[in-house]
Amino acid sequence: MDSPRTAVSNPPTQPMASNLGPGDLIRRSATAELPPPTRKLTEVAKLIDVSKCIGCKACQSACVEWNDTHPAVGENVGAYENPHDLTENMFTLMRFTEWVNPETDSLEWLIRKDGCMHCADPGCLKACPAPGAIVQYSNGIVDFIHENCIGCGYCVKGCPFNIPRISKADHRSYKCTLCSDRVAVGQGPACAKACPTGAIVFGTKADMIKHAEGRITDLKSRGYANAGLYDPPGVGGTHVMYVLHHNDKPHIYANLPDDPKISPLVQGWKGVTKYVGIAAMSMMAVGSVIHGVFARPNRVAAEDEENAEKLVEGKPVPPPNHATTSEGR
Amino acid sequence: MVEKIQPGDAIHPGKPVTVDRYGPAARANHWITALSLILLGISGLALFTPSLYFLTGLFGSGQNTRAVHPWIGVVLFLSFFVFFFQLWRANLPERVDIVWLSKIRDLLSGHEENLPELGKYNAGQKFIFWGMTALILVLIASGVVIWEQYFAEYFSIPARRVAVLAHSVAAVLIICIFILHVYAAIWTRGTLQAMTRGTVTGGWAWRHHRKWLRELAGQRKTGPAE
Repeated sequence: MDSPRTAVSNPPTQPMASNLGPGDLIRRSATAELPPPTRKLTEVAKLIDVSKCIGCKACQSACVEWNDTHPAVGENVGAYENPHDLTENMFTLMRFTEWVNPETDSLEWLIRKDGCMHCADPGCLKACPAPGAIVQYSNGIVDFIHENCIGCGYCVKGCPFNIPRISKADHRSYKCTLCSDRVAVGQGPACAKACPTGAIVFGTKADMIKHAEGRITDLKSRGYANAGLYDPPGVGGTHVMYVLHHNDKPHIYANLPDDPKISPLVQGWKGVTKYVGIAAMSMMAVGSVIHGVFARPNRVAAEDEENAEKLVEGKPVPPPNHATTSEGR
Repeated sequence: MVEKIQPGDAIHPGKPVTVDRYGPAARANHWITALSLILLGISGLALFTPSLYFLTGLFGSGQNTRAVHPWIGVVLFLSFFVFFFQLWRANLPERVDIVWLSKIRDLLSGHEENLPELGKYNAGQKFIFWGMTALILVLIASGVVIWEQYFAEYFSIPARRVAVLAHSVAAVLIICIFILHVYAAIWTRGTLQAMTRGTVTGGWAWRHHRKWLRELAGQRKTGPAE
């Protein structure tokens, strides 16, 4: 069995073995030599059509239910977001923006389902110091393996989308798994299955791009000239994509990055700093050992001790070498 | 007033002469700082590069390493700065340090007699002192910013990225200075006992810090303590 093609099918009644295993890993955090994957799964993607979303939060409920998380009861601060931000118990969140379109002077209610984008070039995985705490499967899913997570928060710094959340209870990092455990048994993500309007669809990445094209053509025919697919190339493309009616300005959708990429600070930290740093420390250590072995140590001579004894006894000693001593200061 | 004799430094006549260089409190302070720095180096390097991640085993697990590293940092910061206020005066730079540095080749080739007479610290020791001071300040400040457990929500993610980079660069530099410090103490024979027994021999002081020895000897002769 390869990757599932849809989120709408129902599961069989018989138990199934997981179809995602160690042989499907294409990246593993803090692991230099990962054996090559034993096969190449078809890349999957979740497509979120923002123009079809009604903000019902069925996706959030489905996510909580499937992942068995327990978000705290929130409080109303006059905004539709509930909870107010992603948390270790809320892997996906509807973000609401009231935006006045300057061209039409009409109010547009923009609703974006936020969550992990499953980048092809994941910044979280690049930043992670714990071997195997973050993995990427050949179908494109980026997953956190919690038993290997140490709670350092490096993934938070690596992520260009501000997605991972560290639990204060168990000090491990949490985010959307793209329902890897469902995908492993031929099912689509819970949010896509629950969506009542078909705003969230799931399938192979190629199919989702094709599906998006149809939606974009439709939106353009209705006056959304800048409608387009959000599949940002700065992170190698993503396995969660959006259809945006204003794809020329993604930031209006609750600060969706216009051109996300792994921060150069993170690249420098995980790249040149690491290699130059290790080289510098090694050179210092090896240089010291070589000098210690081959150079003559700086030993105190017998006459130094004699001079010190004479000085203490008040006998004459060589005078200060005033040509080179510090006079005055 | 730079070369004020430090309280506790004193000469004991004998064969060889011994000179008190560090009292018990200063030595305890030094070794708490040293132990902290070593533990921080090990735990920090474990999270710096995957090839050294196995070092987390010394702390029980990666989770423990992550949890304990910042606290050791706090111990080091407090311990170092108690130490700092004992040493900083004697480490103020002087003109003679430039002369000494310009003749560093003579030192390395065994012609220390060509170098100027020095007070309690030479330019290399002062460099280590001020280098450690500056880097520890950078490390504690950036370390707080990336202390996920307690301080994550107080700093923006871009600020945390700057901090994590600064923290790792400063850590690399302080480890280099640490290696220099340890090696210089070993290469200059007779130095380690200053931090173990607290004393050096008169000959060691004559050879490396003659001005300091002359001042101590002068103080004894003139009687009253400062």
